[in-house]
Amino acid sequence: MATEHRTSADDDADEETQLPLGISIAAAAVSAAVLLPILWLVKTGLDVGFSEAIALLTRPTTLEVFVNTAVLVTLTTAACVLIGVPLAYLTVRTNLPFRRFWTIVVSLPLVIPSYVGAFAFVSAFGPQGSFQRLLAPLGVEKIPEIYGLEGSILILTLYTYPYVYITARASLKSMDTTLIDAARTLEHDRWETFKRVTLPQIRPAVAAGALLSGLYVLADFGTPSIMRYDVFTRVIFVEFGTFGRDTATLLSLQLVAVTLFILWLEARVRGEERTTAGGRSRGVVSLGKWRYLAMGFAALVAGLALVVPVVILLSWLGTASTAVNQSLAFQWSYVTNSVVVAAAAAAVAVVAGLPVAYLSARYDGLLPTAFERVSYIGYAVPGVVLGLALVFFGSQYATPIYQTLYLLVFAYVIRFLPQSVGSLRASFLSVDPALPEAARTLGRTSVGAFRYVTLPLVAPGLFGGAALVFLTTMKELPATLLLRPSGFTTLVTHIWTAYESGYFGQAAVPALVLLFVSGLSMLVILRQEGYDVK
Amino acid sequence: MSNSTQTPVESNAKYRTDTASDGQTEPLTAGVGEDVVLELDDLQKSYGSEPVVEGLSLSVREGEILTLLGPSGCGKTTTLRLIAGLERPNGGAVRLNGRSVSGSTFVPPEERGVGVVFQEFALFPHLTARENIAFGLKDRPKDEVDQRVDELLELVDLAGQGDSYPDQLSGGQQQRVALARSLAPEPEILLLDEPFSNLDVDLRVEMREEVRQIIKETGVTAISVTHDQEEALSISDRVAVMNDGEIEQVGDPEGVFQHPESRFVAAFLGYASFIPGYVSGNVVETDLGTVPRDQIHGLAPEYDRTRVDLLVRPDDVSVRRLDCEGVEACGNVVTRRYLGPTFLYEVELDTGESVQCMHNHDENIPGSGPVGLELDADHELAWFPREQRPEDDARYSD
Repeated sequence: MATEHRTSADDDADEETQLPLGISIAAAAVSAAVLLPILWLVKTGLDVGFSEAIALLTRPTTLEVFVNTAVLVTLTTAACVLIGVPLAYLTVRTNLPFRRFWTIVVSLPLVIPSYVGAFAFVSAFGPQGSFQRLLAPLGVEKIPEIYGLEGSILILTLYTYPYVYITARASLKSMDTTLIDAARTLEHDRWETFKRVTLPQIRPAVAAGALLSGLYVLADFGTPSIMRYDVFTRVIFVEFGTFGRDTATLLSLQLVAVTLFILWLEARVRGEERTTAGGRSRGVVSLGKWRYLAMGFAALVAGLALVVPVVILLSWLGTASTAVNQSLAFQWSYVTNSVVVAAAAAAVAVVAGLPVAYLSARYDGLLPTAFERVSYIGYAVPGVVLGLALVFFGSQYATPIYQTLYLLVFAYVIRFLPQSVGSLRASFLSVDPALPEAARTLGRTSVGAFRYVTLPLVAPGLFGGAALVFLTTMKELPATLLLRPSGFTTLVTHIWTAYESGYFGQAAVPALVLLFVSGLSMLVILRQEGYDVK
Repeated sequence: MSNSTQTPVESNAKYRTDTASDGQTEPLTAGVGEDVVLELDDLQKSYGSEPVVEGLSLSVREGEILTLLGPSGCGKTTTLRLIAGLERPNGGAVRLNGRSVSGSTFVPPEERGVGVVFQEFALFPHLTARENIAFGLKDRPKDEVDQRVDELLELVDLAGQGDSYPDQLSGGQQQRVALARSLAPEPEILLLDEPFSNLDVDLRVEMREEVRQIIKETGVTAISVTHDQEEALSISDRVAVMNDGEIEQVGDPEGVFQHPESRFVAAFLGYASFIPGYVSGNVVETDLGTVPRDQIHGLAPEYDRTRVDLLVRPDDVSVRRLDCEGVEACGNVVTRRYLGPTFLYEVELDTGESVQCMHNHDENIPGSGPVGLELDADHELAWFPREQRPEDDARYSD
């Protein structure tokens, strides 16, 4: 880092593009490592052969998977907007009773991994589930089917609408309410004002939240699997398990293409944003007698999403001791295993994120931007696809680390690097560039300036990013299933085994531990975003 | 003031009989020594294809306070950063005490012995005032550091605030900590980048005096950068007016203000009108009446029988009466601007020229209508050859 200032002034190529050499090499190495598995997947896909590929991709089942996925993503995202935006409006702008309480409660479903939710719902509302047993004395023999599209939409909506809720809420809060006053004086009633002023202002934020929901649904493996609904992730996993390697590869590439399409769509929507943030925000809309109905809405959503799984898990806890299968008994080593891999992933993700984030925050130009964009590839590659790519790559070319924790941690790092880069980049941007310069004029080298000025100032972002990676890694399901060394059991894989073998009760303790861990991750997110409950 | 104000002024000095302000021959101000501390030699800097500093040369003497004054985008802050070593020049050299620090070799900022007071102070938010001031005093025994920090806190009158963090200090206090921090390692030269722009107007005037006093007390050589002419004229021993990456004029504040060598300098420092005139024998005939040749600063004989422009400040022109009888110059008030204690009038003369004049707010001159004007300057007037006048001269009237 120190060397770039010592070269003679003669070689003054354009200074703006003169990036610090060491940091650039480090960032390039990170980018290459991140690109490797996805490039490998593309290569494997090309090896399939053209006519064969066409045949596989145009099979009726493939088309069905595509349609299923599209329907699920579209309907779930729409449902998220329909729940998230009204909840955001109610908690920001109206006199909803116990507003602060609901503000927090309706964002809490984020804490529950959707596969745990799905698991609990199947157990409660499935055939012979607790709900049906409860109703049996009343003569109810059959309740509506939970499996399939409806169940998947229900579960995924319940656990992903908070993305829309949180972004819409932030945007509503920062919106200048004098704009609304202005519209009212220009003879618009409340509904017209909402349509013509408020909605256009919050639309980019809603789009961003909907994107997060949509991407989550697209990449989610656990929920559709438990709901037995054939979408890309589930079929890829099944094909892989039954040695349908070519099909799995091609479906994976198709899934990545769909993801990229959605990202492109969102970028276009966002490009047109014309909003003002800041300004005064005051005035509360009085709901009148509707306020209790509104509260009922919030209570219904929160009740379904939070109370059902927690009650189910606790009831399992009571029955767990009676389950006899000893091989499924909970062991504390699962917790330590989870913690060890997650901590390793967090540490590596932060170290790998540092050069990328630093360059992109401090320098303009093609390379820094490219490095940053590439680091976000983890967003576009669902866990099951990443896992698959690394299985292919590892089993053929990296046998020494195949089936080891190194490869597993590598997968986590690729998947969650965006979180550490995002957090670090924001921290670097918040450090006034004049501060390290001031240190230089006070006799410090560039390394010294970084060590004594920049680093202490970005430390909170560094720990925040590490914490986020740690906590999301703990919850990761598909890549863990595909890449864990045999015999290595974490909280997540234990829950999955319990589900697959039908001993639901055995999932209670690890699921509750996960909920606790996710709760912590929520706290970190809220602290980072400066989430304002008032 | 836009970039388009660049005029063909190469060197006005060459057609003058008297160059009052070439910077080398004037008497030295108190505390300013003979030794040259800093020398800029044909310094060049561009970003991409955009030149920012073009062939800038300047020397600064020991103990002197020199201000680089110019509109935003003129390259003054870049010049400062080139001196500090925070940017590398594309050409030319920077010499500190005779040692070349930018040019054939490049000395990094930490080895230059320059102190910098940054525009927004750049105080380290995670360190207290004491720790900020001590930051540049590394590799010294602890009691020596403590003693030096105490001295500096005393110097900037913040003895009680050493343990406060920057966000607990007021703007003026932050300014003082920044100054103390940059002075702590006893730099050979102190650089101040728009040091007062971050302060309220009242505080700005107060801090100017204080900072000048502290700098003079420590005897350090200082270069400051500003776009505020009042600030430049009040704190500096010498002012260098910059435009489009070049220095237009260097001299003591009075000299630069009273005898601007270019239209740009004249227009940038205060209100200026340029009145056309014809040099005829012992007088210059102008639209505002005849001006004795003695009253024109350094008008050379070779300009006899040529057209010139005289620089007229608004306080050089008065309204004599509210009609046109018996006056040499007559015109119509076009606009009236209230500046607080005075009104600034823009008058269009019958000849079509425009001139500004200033009157006390209690003198009742209407905002429109005819006025009879008179030139009543009691000092020498600056002038410019007529052929220099740019096509579009409207911008020089403001």
